[in-house]
Amino acid sequence: MYSEPRLLVAGDSALVVEFGDEISEEVNRKVHALSYALEKNPLPGLGEAVPAYRSLLVHYDPLCLSWDEVKASVTDILQKCEEITLPEPRVIEVPVVYGGEFGPDIEFVAEHNGLSVEEVVRIHSAATYLVYMLGFSPGFAYLGGMPEAIATPRLETPRTLVPAGSVGVAGEQTGIYPIATPGGWRLIGRTPLKLFDPQRDPPTLLRPGDTVRFVPVSEGEYWTRLEREKRGGP
Amino acid sequence: MALEVLEGGMLTTVQDLGRYGYQRYGVPVAGAMDSFALRAANALAGNSLGEAALEITIAGPTLRATESCLIAVTGADLSLRVNNWPLPPWMSIFVRRGWLIEFGERKIGCRAYLAVAGGIDVPPILGSKSTYLRGGFGGFEGRALRQGDIISTGPVSFHLPSLAGKAFPPDCIPKYSDTPEVHVVLGPQDDYFTEEGIATLLSSEYRVSPTSDRMGYRLQGPEIAHKGRADIISDGIALGSMQVPADRQPIVMVADRQTTGGYPKIATVISADIPLLAQCVPGASTVTFKAITVQEAQARYREMMRALSVDL
Repeated sequence: MYSEPRLLVAGDSALVVEFGDEISEEVNRKVHALSYALEKNPLPGLGEAVPAYRSLLVHYDPLCLSWDEVKASVTDILQKCEEITLPEPRVIEVPVVYGGEFGPDIEFVAEHNGLSVEEVVRIHSAATYLVYMLGFSPGFAYLGGMPEAIATPRLETPRTLVPAGSVGVAGEQTGIYPIATPGGWRLIGRTPLKLFDPQRDPPTLLRPGDTVRFVPVSEGEYWTRLEREKRGGP
Repeated sequence: MALEVLEGGMLTTVQDLGRYGYQRYGVPVAGAMDSFALRAANALAGNSLGEAALEITIAGPTLRATESCLIAVTGADLSLRVNNWPLPPWMSIFVRRGWLIEFGERKIGCRAYLAVAGGIDVPPILGSKSTYLRGGFGGFEGRALRQGDIISTGPVSFHLPSLAGKAFPPDCIPKYSDTPEVHVVLGPQDDYFTEEGIATLLSSEYRVSPTSDRMGYRLQGPEIAHKGRADIISDGIALGSMQVPADRQPIVMVADRQTTGGYPKIATVISADIPLLAQCVPGASTVTFKAITVQEAQARYREMMRALSVDL
């Protein structure tokens, strides 16, 4: 972590507040704290903020605020961040059917790590994960906290279509595909939850700063929850 | 009142100023590539400046008005014809019921904006009528227009002919070119590049690759050298950010850009020059870049936006 955050110019209508050059919960917490402080102290001319691992991109309207003014405002709010208490993170439980047709690569992940399939499920679902940020595609959460014991390299040739809700492992990361896309992660299961729905506001299940837990469920439970999701209910 | 689509054209989509407030959820902004031309079209059509219009790409659609209406076409000059009369862009036009709105040869620019008095009547998704093509939502059914579509327009509260024939002040129209000089502000990661790399960017001609689209303008030209790594810990991407991946060829991120990315960004195209870039034709235009300060960039933006406050 830097001793002082760096304020970087991102063109004439955005700036980057960078807290460090590493992926760590401590640095990421600073990002969410500033994001939260900006939300709680809305300033005329300041636009949306986009949290990432170690930085916050803050948009502003150059018709209202000059670079010097926006720098001063953000510096001021950074001071306030020191005193701010972030609300307790939401804990989101994500039901997952592991293995079978829902997680066709789980045997590979087990074998690669010298574990049984049951152990992979137990390790993956016992950990708690932090949503560092969303990006790449609508609703895609960058999760931190996967145990190294189940780390597995990506597929050599990505699949042309990965179903929405697929839970995968890539290196030391785990993640959920919000929409059906091509992808190279090792698939270990699938959730019936809708990760992204443009008809909802906010449109995503997971939000920056959330805590995520995966809960193993049966195939029957998967179909029940999927039906419920389709009807729009929780 | 509605516009009947007789031919969709190359890529005609409904766009407003974009979808703001959802980038933290990974939802791209989308919106008009040339937001100045969109605003000008709305001003001429008597709409609020952020109303949705049709963004028309290179080969325009053929439309038929089901009722008399007022339209305005701005941005690229794609040889507009209304009821077979050739008309210049950047003016408002009264269109009688049944008349055809057509386009022909591209004269300059890449994207034209067709606004209709009353606006385009599509349901806003997350606060915006913009089409996000890759996500398949927003605008008209989340996709480009095609033959057979009926585009409803909103109600109008003024007498249409009273606004017809108004022209946008010629000296306020951006100077579109197939070889524009585009201004940038260096950063946020210019320190990832060698001095020579930055000098290369600012002294070379870059061709707009044919693979450029509403997400990114891929440029081809002399290689821009990194000091070391060609990746960063992913962070947010502003409009106009110029990423340089390991292949050393810059990509300017535009309307449909993903919200975050892991390539270092050497510079950011200034807001006032985004329209110049957006009007470059993939596979045909070449661009040069010049660096200015953020203060100069903001002054240029204020200057450009003043043009929209004049009485038409």
